[in-house]
Amino acid sequence: MTSTAAPAHLPTTAADPFAHEALEDPLPLHRELREAGPVVHLERYDVFALARYAEVRAALVDWQDFSSGAGVGLSNFRYEKPWRPPSLLLEADPPRHDAPRRVLSKVLGPRALHRLRERWAADAEALVDEVLDRGEFDAVPHLTEAFPLRVFPDAVGIPQEGRENLLPYGNHAFNAFGPDNDLTRAGAPRVAELSAWVAAQCARDVLAPEGFGADIWAQADRGEITPEQAPLVVRSLLTAGVDTTVHGLSAVLYALATHPAEWERLRAQPALARVAFDEAVRWESPVQTFFRTATRDVAVGGTVIPDGRKILMFLAAANRDPRRWADPDRFDLTRDPSGHVGFGFGIHQCVGQHVARLEAGSLLTALTRRVARIELAGPTTRHHNNTLRAWGSIPVRLVPA
Amino acid sequence: MSDAGTLLAPPGTAPAVPGRGASTTVATLEVVGKATVAEDVVALTLADPDGRRLPDWTPGAHIDLVLPSGDTRQYSLCGDRFDPRTYRVAVLRERDGRGGSAYVHDTLRAGDRVGVGGPRNNFPLVPSERYLFVAGGIGITPLLPMVAQAEVLGADWRLLYGGRRRASMAFLDELARHGERVHVMPQDETGLLDLPSFLGEPDPATKVYCCGPGPLLDAMGVACTAWPPTALRTERFVAEQAAPVRSAPFEVELARTGATVTVEPGTSVLEAVGAAGVEVLSSCRQGTCGTCETTVLAGVPDHRDSILDDAERAAGDCMFICVSRAADDRLVLDL
Ligand code: HEM
Ligand code: FES
Repeated sequence: MTSTAAPAHLPTTAADPFAHEALEDPLPLHRELREAGPVVHLERYDVFALARYAEVRAALVDWQDFSSGAGVGLSNFRYEKPWRPPSLLLEADPPRHDAPRRVLSKVLGPRALHRLRERWAADAEALVDEVLDRGEFDAVPHLTEAFPLRVFPDAVGIPQEGRENLLPYGNHAFNAFGPDNDLTRAGAPRVAELSAWVAAQCARDVLAPEGFGADIWAQADRGEITPEQAPLVVRSLLTAGVDTTVHGLSAVLYALATHPAEWERLRAQPALARVAFDEAVRWESPVQTFFRTATRDVAVGGTVIPDGRKILMFLAAANRDPRRWADPDRFDLTRDPSGHVGFGFGIHQCVGQHVARLEAGSLLTALTRRVARIELAGPTTRHHNNTLRAWGSIPVRLVPA
Repeated sequence: MSDAGTLLAPPGTAPAVPGRGASTTVATLEVVGKATVAEDVVALTLADPDGRRLPDWTPGAHIDLVLPSGDTRQYSLCGDRFDPRTYRVAVLRERDGRGGSAYVHDTLRAGDRVGVGGPRNNFPLVPSERYLFVAGGIGITPLLPMVAQAEVLGADWRLLYGGRRRASMAFLDELARHGERVHVMPQDETGLLDLPSFLGEPDPATKVYCCGPGPLLDAMGVACTAWPPTALRTERFVAEQAAPVRSAPFEVELARTGATVTVEPGTSVLEAVGAAGVEVLSSCRQGTCGTCETTVLAGVPDHRDSILDDAERAAGDCMFICVSRAADDRLVLDL
């Protein structure tokens, strides 16, 4: 890693955003970074941080100056070998990003999702009936993990066997965007085994004849991507599409359990389900941070970020920036959360966001139909991950309608 | 896609217009440059009047240009995609055209404003080790950024560029630096294009891109019969005039809410329903992310997004209300 002293006027902090204390409650650090200035130097990792909405959004959109191709984690692929073959979407710049992105946008596009609506609605109702029978239970394994795991791997078309590997693989992939700390190291022993399992699921003959996986391979048949690219595009779904939605669903469930007036509002007006989910994605930001790499000396907020240096974008801090949002810490269904950066922005904006919204919409609709009240039934615990804001446990009691 | 044909095209032809209707203005851009780049061809450089970024595009993309007359024409973007602040298009003067290209040539000048819809790409460059590009006349425009891209990717490529005569062929100066890779074939010097010898033997590692008039595309289809079916990719021109922009307001009935709102020409459906108290989630507001998708219950949408393909547009059952509008007087939306 190159190290140059930060310009004298640049605010700097010794804080570690990947330390357990910050992962347990990142809000004070986010506030400190936003207040310090438009760009802040993080001494510990010698990287630049953006935490205000305007700067984060501008950097997300400006792929020319803020590259993803050197990795969207702390590790700089210019100097370090990636832990796995880089993603063809997330960790690629135009022009290489174009074709895989085009294919996945199509495969996860409106048409494809219309076909899943009814099935996912029925799956959500069935799952809500099951948990209602339990009365009191931990919502993380039984609801927010259970639902994506029930519908998403089937939609991709991977076999039943080994699905328990999905969450640990995703968890490690998202830890690996951070530093080589205890969280990343804890995943290391299983990397080879989990990566091999995931890679095996991406092969054409392993995937079901119908599903997102088969659709990706069909695009390879049409020449839209190469046969060598197809398995890596499938891998993107398996890496980015499971843990994210689990924590997104946890976020909205926790928010509704702790804001009974908003839950009442949603029950009275089920069409608010879309707003509720996106407001939860803004409020909690399941994906907290991503890095970029400067492709030249880039001027931001009176500072020049030198070529080749890493920039940490705090999506979560931008999503609660009072310069952009009124009363940002409030979870509020009367707010229009449009424009939040919880799914990113620009050419890398989450290509699976409609999948996430459909999962959330299905589950929330089923809950509003069957459940009168959602109450916390015990102390909640966080799950720490270098990139994701996650719950380990949300004990709840569902009161049937 | 490009305006009204190439030098070899029948006069008065315009590119196929997917779906119905023509563009309403997604953005108003300023003409910041106008230059003659060949006989009867001018290049326009467009920028946001406030210097903001323009929507991203990929080689092969086109924009809708809405002229003050209300005429809408589609032009391939032929500038540099790495420059986020300008678009470049090249416009051939149509001999018997209905005035769109004549207006651009004779009246439009630097400092004028034009409406721009899109960009949208029906002619994307897919990954390949090797590319063969064949351009007829003004059909060079979408291929120009493809050539630049092939260079960036380090792919092996060649370009066969035919035209009536050298003086009528745009961008020869820009292509000159590629040396041997570019075969310039003015008809008055070298005769008809020899496609078979340029294409050579079918090769599974090669993609063939062709843009030009119908007869050239037909000839390419014949020349590529022995190639794998997905090798040849063409941008087709047909004799079809883009409908003029609908400049009148239209009504949107919100089926669930029971309200009806009027959408004025300068306002998006998203803004209009929002003003009526119906918040619809949005994000990009450029017709690219898909967040504002709305179910259409009745009426014909005028699609302006870059998400739906032609078949999906034709189905007409959903639309992206941050940019798309109504082709007729009335739409009924599931809101
Ligand atoms: C609440 C759930 C989700 C959240 C918060 C989320 C968040 C994000 C964010 C912030 C990015 C932008 C990364 C960047 O700019 O570098 C992104 C990209 C991506 N997401 Fe999601 N995501 C979610 C669900 C999903 C799902 C369900 C899928 C798959 C079906 C998915 C697949 C992807 C892929 C493939 C990319 C890379 C796109 C590109 O670089 O072009 N995500 N996501
Ligand atoms: S808001 Fe992105 S497509 Fe309409």
